[in-house]
Amino acid sequence: MSVDQGGRRELPVLDREQQVLDRIDRARRRTPRVREERITMSHGSGGKATQTLVEAIFLDSFRNDLLEPLEDSASLLLDGTRVAFTTDSYVVSPLFFPGGDIGDLAVNGTVNDLSVSGATPLYLSAGFILEEGFPVADLTRVVSSMRDAAARAGVSVVTGDTKVVQRGKADGCYINTAGVGLLSRSVSLGVAFARPGDAIIVSGPIGDHGVTIMLARGELDIEADVSSDTAALNGLVGSLLDEVPDVRAMRDATRGGVATILNEIARAAGVGVLVSEDDIPVREEVRGACELLGIDPMYVACEGRLVAVVPAGSADRAVATLRAHPLGAQAAVIGHVTDQQPGIVQLKTAFGGTRIVDLLVGDPLPRIC
Amino acid sequence: MRFVDEFRDADKAHALAAKIAALCEPGRQYKLMEVCGGHTHTIYKHGLEDYLPESITLVHGPGCPVCVIPMGRVDDAIHLASRPDVIMTSFGDMMRVPGSNGSFFDAKANGTDIRMVYSPLDSLKIARQNPDRQVVFMAIGFETTAPSTAVTMLRAATEGLRNFSVFCNHVTIIPAIKAILDSPDLRLDGFIGPGHVSTVIGCRPYEFIARDYGKPVVVAGFEPLDILQSIYMLMLQLSQGRSQVENQYSRVVPWDGNTVALKAIGETMELRPYFEWRGLGFISHSALKVRSAYESMDAELLFSVPGVRVADPKACQCGEVLKGVLKPWECKVFGTACTPETPIGTCMVSPEGACAAYYNYGRMHRTRVAEAARLGAS
Repeated sequence: MSVDQGGRRELPVLDREQQVLDRIDRARRRTPRVREERITMSHGSGGKATQTLVEAIFLDSFRNDLLEPLEDSASLLLDGTRVAFTTDSYVVSPLFFPGGDIGDLAVNGTVNDLSVSGATPLYLSAGFILEEGFPVADLTRVVSSMRDAAARAGVSVVTGDTKVVQRGKADGCYINTAGVGLLSRSVSLGVAFARPGDAIIVSGPIGDHGVTIMLARGELDIEADVSSDTAALNGLVGSLLDEVPDVRAMRDATRGGVATILNEIARAAGVGVLVSEDDIPVREEVRGACELLGIDPMYVACEGRLVAVVPAGSADRAVATLRAHPLGAQAAVIGHVTDQQPGIVQLKTAFGGTRIVDLLVGDPLPRIC
Repeated sequence: MRFVDEFRDADKAHALAAKIAALCEPGRQYKLMEVCGGHTHTIYKHGLEDYLPESITLVHGPGCPVCVIPMGRVDDAIHLASRPDVIMTSFGDMMRVPGSNGSFFDAKANGTDIRMVYSPLDSLKIARQNPDRQVVFMAIGFETTAPSTAVTMLRAATEGLRNFSVFCNHVTIIPAIKAILDSPDLRLDGFIGPGHVSTVIGCRPYEFIARDYGKPVVVAGFEPLDILQSIYMLMLQLSQGRSQVENQYSRVVPWDGNTVALKAIGETMELRPYFEWRGLGFISHSALKVRSAYESMDAELLFSVPGVRVADPKACQCGEVLKGVLKPWECKVFGTACTPETPIGTCMVSPEGACAAYYNYGRMHRTRVAEAARLGAS
C-alpha cells in the first residue's frame, strides 16, 4: 500500500475487479469495427464513434505512413522541403453566431490544424456546397469574413470550387478548406512524444464556442453573454515555439473538447494523464450553461484554444509566453503526464475526488433530470 | 458560481468524511443504496467514494429513468415513430437506449422522424408547427418528470390541440423500492432517498421503509456535499439504532411534496395494474398511463402498438445491478460486450446508469483520501 505525494494512498484493488479492468483494457485495444448499418449523428461527434469510423473505414483503406499518426495535419517531404497539409469541412448551424460565422471558422480551423503541427500556414483552398435558395447576401457575408480571417492569419485562398445542390439536400452552406504550410522549424511535434512528468497546458478558457453554438440554436431558452472563441492561433503558436522549442505536442481543441485531446495524448503516447478540475479555466457563463444542461465543459468544442504538452522544466516559460499573447491571456497548466494507468485520463475533481475522463461515444446528451 | 460551489467545498468534505469515518463500528460493513440515478451520476462525477471509509459501500439503485425501460417499449415507440404521419419527440438520453432492433438514433438514421426535445412543451411547439402530423411525446421518468408531461397535456387540452399525444412510460418509485426491499438476495443498511422525486411526492411515502423494514432513509440533494451529509445522517441513525425518514434536502423538498404537481398528475394519468421494468420484471401498480378522460392524447390508443414483450438479453445482468446484488464490473458482459458504444443493457446507456457511470468515471485504481481511511481504521 503506497502513499503518493497528494496525501492519498492506493487501496489494494480486489483481484477480481482488477482482472475485469484488465479484460476491458484488452477489449478496448482490439481493432475497432463499425457495427452500425448506417451512419448516425454519433459518427460525427468527434468521440469514440468517430474514432471507430476513421480507423475502421478510412485508415483501413488509405493506410500509409503519413496518414497513420492521425495528427491534425500530415507532414510531407516535397523535393527536400517539409510541408504540412490538412483539410477540414464546416457544417455549423446556425451559420452566423456571436463571435463569428462559418466563414472565419473555416479559415481559422484549417490555419490552426497547420499551426499546431508546427507549420507556418500559407495557402488555403475553399470549396463551397450551396443549397438552392441560399441568399447571395449571406454568401457575401460569409466570404468577406473568410477574406478578413485570411488576412488576419496571413494566408491566401488560392484555389476553390463551387457546387449547388437542390433545396433540401443541404443546410444553406457547407464549406471545405484545405491548407498547406511550411515546416521550417526544426521541431518534431506529436502527441506520441508525451513523457511522464510533462506538463499539460491550455491556452485559455474552454468550451466557449460549443456553448455559444448550443445557445445560438435557440432551442434551449437560455441566454448568456458568451461568444465563440474562433481565432487563428498561428501567432500564438509562433511565439510559443520561439520561446519554448522543446514543446512536445500541440492540438487545437475542437470537436470533442479538451477531454478528447487528453485521451488522444494518453492513447498515442501510452501514458497516463492527470488533470485538476480546479486548474482548468472555464468562464462562469459557460460553466453555468453546462451545469444547467448537465454536460461537462471538458467535452465542449473550442475553436481558438490549444492544448500543449511541454517538459516540466519548460512549463512556466510556456505559460508566461502564452499569457503575453492576447489569445493566451488565461493560459494555465491543467495537469501532467504520468506513468500510472497508461491510456487513461484521470481528473482530480474540485470536490477532492478522482474520476476518469473517457472519450464520449457521441455528442454530449442533456440529462433529463 | 453561487449556489453550486458552496456545495462542492473540499474542506467541508474532509470534515464530513472524518465524522463519517468516526461513526463506523470496527468490523462492520455498511451497504447504503442511493435510489436515484442523479445521485449515482454525482457520486461518480465528483469522485465522492474517495471520501468514504472502506467499510461503506454505495449500492446504485433503480432510479435511472431510461435504465428501467424494457426493450419492448422501445420497440413499440420506434414502431409508432416509423408511421409517416408521426413525429416522435424524446428527451436526449432516451436516444441511445437499445430496443431489440436498434435505438432511436438508429431509427432516425433510417429516416424515421424522431426529434430531441428539452421539455415536453417543445413537443407542443412542434405540434403547432405541423398541424398535418401527429406529434407523439415519449414520456419517461419518475414523479420528477411526470408533472411536466401532465402540464403539457393540460395545456394541449386548453389549446384544443388535436395532433399531440403521449406515449406514456412514467413509472413510480415507491413500488420499485418495495420490490427491492422484498428481494431475498439483498442486504441493505439504509437508503439515500431520491431528492427530485421527493420534491413532488414529499417524504411521507418513505415512512413504511423505516417503520416496516427498519431501514433509515435520508432524502438527499444532488450536490456532492448533500450526498456526503446524507451518508453522515444515515450513519448517525445506524449508530444510534434509529430508523427514521429524514430530509437533508429541505431547501427544496417540502415534507408533504408538491400538491399542485400531484394534482396535475392525478388529473391526467392513472396507475397501470402492472408494468414491466427492465431487469426487475413486472411490478404491480408501478407505472402511469394516460387517464381515460384524456384518451384522445393517449398514443397507445390512437395507434396500434405491437406491445410484444421482449426478454432481456440472456447475458445482461441489469436486474442484479439495479437491485445492487452485483456491482457493475461483476456483470459477465460488463466492459467487453457491453460498453457505452454498444450497450446491451440500459444501465450502460444513460450517464446516470450504474454501469455507464462506473465505466466512464470509475474504471481505475482506486485511491481514497488518506484522512478518511486513517480515521476509519482507528
